[in-house]
Amino acid sequence: MAEIKRGYVRPLDLKQGRIDLTHGSGGRSMVQLISELFAKHLGNEYLGQGNDGAVMPAPTVDGRAGRIVMSTDCHVVSPLFFPGGDIGCLSVHGTINDVAVMGAAPLYLAAGFVLEEGFPLADLARIVESMARAAHEAGVPVVTGDTKVVERGKGDGVFITTTGVGVLRDGVELGGSRVRPGDAVIVSGSMGDHGVAIMSKRENLSFDAPIESDTAALHGMIADMLATGADLRCLRDPTRGGLAATLNEIAGQSGVGMMLHEKAIPVKQVVAAACEFLGLDPLYVANEGKLIAICAAGDTERVLAAMRAHPLGREAAQIGEVVADDHHFVQLTTSFGGRRIVDWLAGDQLPRIC
Amino acid sequence: MCLAIPVKVIEVGADDTAIVDLGGVKKEISLALLADVQVGDYVILHVGYALTKLDPEEAEKTLALFAELGEAGASGATAAP
Amino acid sequence: MKYIDEFRDGELAKNLAASIRAEVEPGRSYSFMEFCGGHTHAISRYGLSDLLPPAVHMVHGPGCPVCVLPIGRVDLAIDLALNHGVILCTYGDTLRIPASDGLSLMKAKARGGDVRMVYSTIDALQIARDNPQREVVFFAIGFETTTPPTAVAIQQAEAGGLRNFSVLCCHVLTPSAISNILESPEVRQWGTVPLDGFIGPAHVSTVIGSRPYEFFAEEYRKPVVIAGFEPLDVMQAILMLVRQVNEGRAEVENEFSRAVSRDGNLKAQDRVAEVFELRREFEWRGLSVVPYSALKIRQKYAAFDAERRFKLDYRSVPDNKACDCGAILRGVKKPQDCKLFGTVCTPENPIGSCMVSSEGACAAHYSYGRYKDMH
Repeated sequence: MAEIKRGYVRPLDLKQGRIDLTHGSGGRSMVQLISELFAKHLGNEYLGQGNDGAVMPAPTVDGRAGRIVMSTDCHVVSPLFFPGGDIGCLSVHGTINDVAVMGAAPLYLAAGFVLEEGFPLADLARIVESMARAAHEAGVPVVTGDTKVVERGKGDGVFITTTGVGVLRDGVELGGSRVRPGDAVIVSGSMGDHGVAIMSKRENLSFDAPIESDTAALHGMIADMLATGADLRCLRDPTRGGLAATLNEIAGQSGVGMMLHEKAIPVKQVVAAACEFLGLDPLYVANEGKLIAICAAGDTERVLAAMRAHPLGREAAQIGEVVADDHHFVQLTTSFGGRRIVDWLAGDQLPRIC
Repeated sequence: MCLAIPVKVIEVGADDTAIVDLGGVKKEISLALLADVQVGDYVILHVGYALTKLDPEEAEKTLALFAELGEAGASGATAAP
Repeated sequence: MKYIDEFRDGELAKNLAASIRAEVEPGRSYSFMEFCGGHTHAISRYGLSDLLPPAVHMVHGPGCPVCVLPIGRVDLAIDLALNHGVILCTYGDTLRIPASDGLSLMKAKARGGDVRMVYSTIDALQIARDNPQREVVFFAIGFETTTPPTAVAIQQAEAGGLRNFSVLCCHVLTPSAISNILESPEVRQWGTVPLDGFIGPAHVSTVIGSRPYEFFAEEYRKPVVIAGFEPLDVMQAILMLVRQVNEGRAEVENEFSRAVSRDGNLKAQDRVAEVFELRREFEWRGLSVVPYSALKIRQKYAAFDAERRFKLDYRSVPDNKACDCGAILRGVKKPQDCKLFGTVCTPENPIGSCMVSSEGACAAHYSYGRYKDMH
């Protein structure tokens, strides 16, 4: 009589297999997906608890209780894989950055996946491995997650939502409404890299550009900046809408204006060239590994030094100042010597012919 | 009129196509509207088509003119009452 | 970037600005119309007006094909997408133009219309090849710069036996627009819009050459200087115009000599002549009906004419009564003069075309220059 092998489950076919509706149904199929794919790569002591909710110790900073900072982000980027990254590491970096710009030390991440029926397991494995690498390098584990599957045609392959939690020490207050006339406006490096890398892969706009997304976790550099003791008013990462959108947001929140200097804004030549092709302005193009820092004028050199000492801030530069302005305009002196405003766009910039 | 950029031809292909380069960004475009384009030529590119060749001598002349006009202007300005 | 960066040099700009200041005659005012959306954009984006002396005024003309596209033509494109189930391919510029019933091509896309933005007709042809069971229509807008690529696309479609590709042709002609302005009562009779000269379009001129402008210089005694696309080109052209006006000359000069010749690109002109012919008249937003100012597809290529293929019926739609786009396009009013500017009509909620395209006088002023109105 043939022996029944107890507990034998055929492993996931990660080469040819695809997501189907059973993977989201809560049954054995889903459990297998989680254990052979998600937990295998993302695994840590908290995820390993295997319960509906993860239990972590109360957050402290230097032995004292701190305030909790929480942030969440939905990631729907297309294409899923692009030069320099993918939706996986992007989702980890993005949420870590949102927590870190508040001055908090990021501690834990949660990740939710909406998978489309038919999505190749090989691609999912690539994405999860990339997330795991990013989380591991950043020292921020994914402690809990969820997976659902939607019918073919109802999702763009995969959507990922990440939520991050961090702890903020007393005395650190960063925010968009704290900015004052006279403050210095600093960026950590070149603008527009991520958006151009994405566009270079989109259909109908394909061109060959040696540009990689700048996706990166900024919490290490931010910790160095905070450690200088400088009077930092606001930190923000200029993602969708680029530098222009973020500065306009801050100007509005603080009720001030800004004066930027075009020549001081770092833009890689390939990015400038790609923008020429499409009629786009790099100031409005997304970044995923860059930081805007606004600090009291007297601390500018200190902050720049800390940034430049870090691999992610080698090209940090002051690009302008905060000024008093009841209309909250962000203005720019052009490389040509004239002046214009850097307006807040209605929607995305569109490539144009004229 | 319209957004057009000067790009360098780095490869000429079959069927009136070419690969051009601007600042490190490469793109495949159509040469259907021009004749006699060589590698190394600069062309004006608009919506995927090369519209005209750029004349490097004329470009130099124009730049020289800017500089000359500029100098004349600068000295003129200082001489103004 | 070669041939770009050198023409944006800030130091040379200062000197050119000084030259212009030095040559402007005291007590005299100069009004020049720039006829090219690209020039409008360059002036705003680089803040050129700050470098010009107050005696020199730049008037923005109808050089933006998006701005002069009447609502009725956009309605045709939307109709094709929503009611005929075509794949509607278009350049990015048209997506936000407000049309009838509160729609735009972007909103039609949200309602299920298959509207796809393309960079080139080449992409549209590829979409047609990739989707043989669908009808693909290319929304062809633009002046003479953009027309030859459409001609090539139609000829390639014919040569390749592409049965599912057609073009909604809305190409318009530059000289007609210039005539229309010069003939307008405000300029010709009443002199309420003083125009001392024109900055000729950069890239249209690479195709049509400098010859067509000679008629305007002679007939209307107005100087024309064809200027390149970069801010230094524009400044030099202004200097050359100031000199012509001071010396009482009315000639066609070519600042953009590195790309424009007297004859233009004859091969491109021939391709256009093979595929297109003049429409007897065409409605221009802001200029109303202008004779012999636009192109339609010749009978020979009728199979590729979307208007014939889908039996489209053009219906003229008047502008919002309070919208001053027409006057602004003709240089009669400034954006700030329009009651809707900056209040009801903004780039988020454009009422008229001047606000949609970043070249439109209103959008350019709103996005780059409105801080000046405040101070």
